[in-house]
Amino acid sequence: MPDPARERILGRLRGSPRCASPASDFAVMARKTWPAAERYPRLRRLMEAVKTEFLEATEDGWPATVRSFLVSQGLKTLLYGPETPAGRRLAQSWPSGEGPRLVAYDRPIEQTKEQLFNEMDAGFTTTRGGIAETGGLIVWPSPEEPRLMSLVPPVHLALLSTDAIYDTFWDALRSQGWAAGMPPNALLISGPSKTADIEQTLAYGVHGPKRLVVVAVGR
Amino acid sequence: MSETGPAPAFRPAAAEALKNPQLRANFRRAMDGLMAKRAALFSDPVEWRDLRALGAAIRARTLARLPELLETLEKNCAANGIHVRWAETTGEANAIVLEILKKHGATRVVKGKSMVSEEMHLNDFLEERGIESLESDLGEYIIQLDGETPSHIIMPAIHKNKQQIAKLFGKKIREAKYTEDVDELTAIARRVLRKKFFEADAGISGVNFAVAETGTLCLVENEGNGRMSTHVPSVHIALMGIEKVVEKLEDVPPLYSLLTRSATGQVISTYFNMITGPRGPGEKDGPTEVHLVILDNERSRIFSDAELSATLRCIRCGACMNHCPVYTRIGGHAYQAVYPGPIGKILTPQTEGVARRHELVHASSLCGACVEACPVQIPIVELLVRLRREATHKEPGSTVLQAGEGRNRLEDAAWFFWEAAHRHPSLYRLMGFLATRLRRFLPSRLPVLSAWTWGSGGPQGPPPGSRLRATPRPAARTLHELARKDGVDDA
Repeated sequence: MPDPARERILGRLRGSPRCASPASDFAVMARKTWPAAERYPRLRRLMEAVKTEFLEATEDGWPATVRSFLVSQGLKTLLYGPETPAGRRLAQSWPSGEGPRLVAYDRPIEQTKEQLFNEMDAGFTTTRGGIAETGGLIVWPSPEEPRLMSLVPPVHLALLSTDAIYDTFWDALRSQGWAAGMPPNALLISGPSKTADIEQTLAYGVHGPKRLVVVAVGR
Repeated sequence: MSETGPAPAFRPAAAEALKNPQLRANFRRAMDGLMAKRAALFSDPVEWRDLRALGAAIRARTLARLPELLETLEKNCAANGIHVRWAETTGEANAIVLEILKKHGATRVVKGKSMVSEEMHLNDFLEERGIESLESDLGEYIIQLDGETPSHIIMPAIHKNKQQIAKLFGKKIREAKYTEDVDELTAIARRVLRKKFFEADAGISGVNFAVAETGTLCLVENEGNGRMSTHVPSVHIALMGIEKVVEKLEDVPPLYSLLTRSATGQVISTYFNMITGPRGPGEKDGPTEVHLVILDNERSRIFSDAELSATLRCIRCGACMNHCPVYTRIGGHAYQAVYPGPIGKILTPQTEGVARRHELVHASSLCGACVEACPVQIPIVELLVRLRREATHKEPGSTVLQAGEGRNRLEDAAWFFWEAAHRHPSLYRLMGFLATRLRRFLPSRLPVLSAWTWGSGGPQGPPPGSRLRATPRPAARTLHELARKDGVDDA
């Protein structure tokens, strides 16, 4: 069915003279580069400046690092995605018995909303890398790692490979070919939730997670 | 032209704001802080020059292809499962939102920050129809509790200090105990709003950039309320003006970088939320329906003028406000417009009419601080001058709303006499003679001069009614007479 509002708006726009269209010179983006060894320290410094916490771990030892962090902070439940390779690693190496419990996000929100909002102490997700220029993690929610895992629990733990740090956001989306197929939701996350709406005083943990903990895995 | 009723009076509102020392202190502190933080992040002049040139070029390229890009956006959004609707007026946009909410039986709505929804007066519209529409951005939540409108497009509650907010929370939130601690105030809002996110039937948000190439809606935020509003409820309605589109995904990073640095002096916001569709197959959360409402509200009229269309480059960072000597002194409410400050001074008269809001195009010293700060190089000063001209003289082919209708009889009469005097030498001489001979009879209070000579009672100035300056008095003889006396015979 033709939409008369649409036709009228587009008709007016089509009938108008067009402004000049100068060339877009992206050189200013392309020249923002850092040597590979400087990218992770830069990201860490910038993200720590907005209160992100870092745990450094090895490829073999990160599940134990996650667990001991939960124990030390008194966090009793960790929401995770059991179908990702990282989720499987976590489940395989998680000791049964006493201590923090893994909770799988494996059912639709309609069945788990109450539990998600009221019972989860922390959520665990993987990342698709980080951004050196500004700090920040690339998080693509998926059927295996739903959107709310990195939002609703008060603590968000994010697994980051220190080899996967891009110079800029522009570099990341071009290198990873995002334009060829965007997921229903993609995110950049640079710290815990914050606000400066009262007298420009910075306060952390307003609506999203109060803490963001990066589990940085180096070679 | 959504605004009706008598035109708001800017001058008395500005005069009133100038007399409020609390308001002036709140704005002065906030704007100084924002300017310093922004300056620190644009400390490399070459990067600033090149990045803003790129930002301006991307926005200009977008506008040069606007109708085609909107169609591409619509096509790609639809392919992603996002329902696209178009609205010419704010009334139509409100009706579309209501229709969607009714279809889902939604009575509780949470909102992320959206200036387009302010244009629509959406909260009032929904509340009148029995639908709770709750602002979830902390600043917006604060002013909604107090029945106010935003005084700044990025920091809506910037006019309030923490004591005022503490009192407001104590009065309006049942479980809140009085506290002036910012962390505790934030925690109170978190508790109240968590419950609201949990219960909400639908979420409404704005859009910072809509990417035509991929059909992606981008939202910039720090609090997580935007994600809560767009991810938790089963229906998400996004609202955007027609100018919010960009061509390619790679156009987004430079604009995003300019936006956060210009707006709040942050290298990056906490969240950059890119929405390309509703809950996909196998996904366990996210809205099952996403709607995009594309609003015109006089933007296509602005677009039809090749010079004024630069207004539509705006990415709503608010840097022009933060740097404006007028805005900093009177705050946002005096403008009585959705968009205050320099961008509002060029936008509001174009959407509501240059006759109705002609005061706004004069509410500037044309100092150009806004132009220097603008990350997309909008020539605000040139556009103000153009609109001043259009308000009184409609240019041939002009599409400006109410062009030529903003004439003022006193001003017209003054120019009529000025013109006559300069066309007729005898009249000019007579006026010179009268002015010099009758100079002592000039009253001490003249309608136009009194603002210069008498105090109006500002917080730092002398009390109202006290004399500030001597009334200017013409010289005893005209320049012609003095020259003739000195032997210049053709004077």
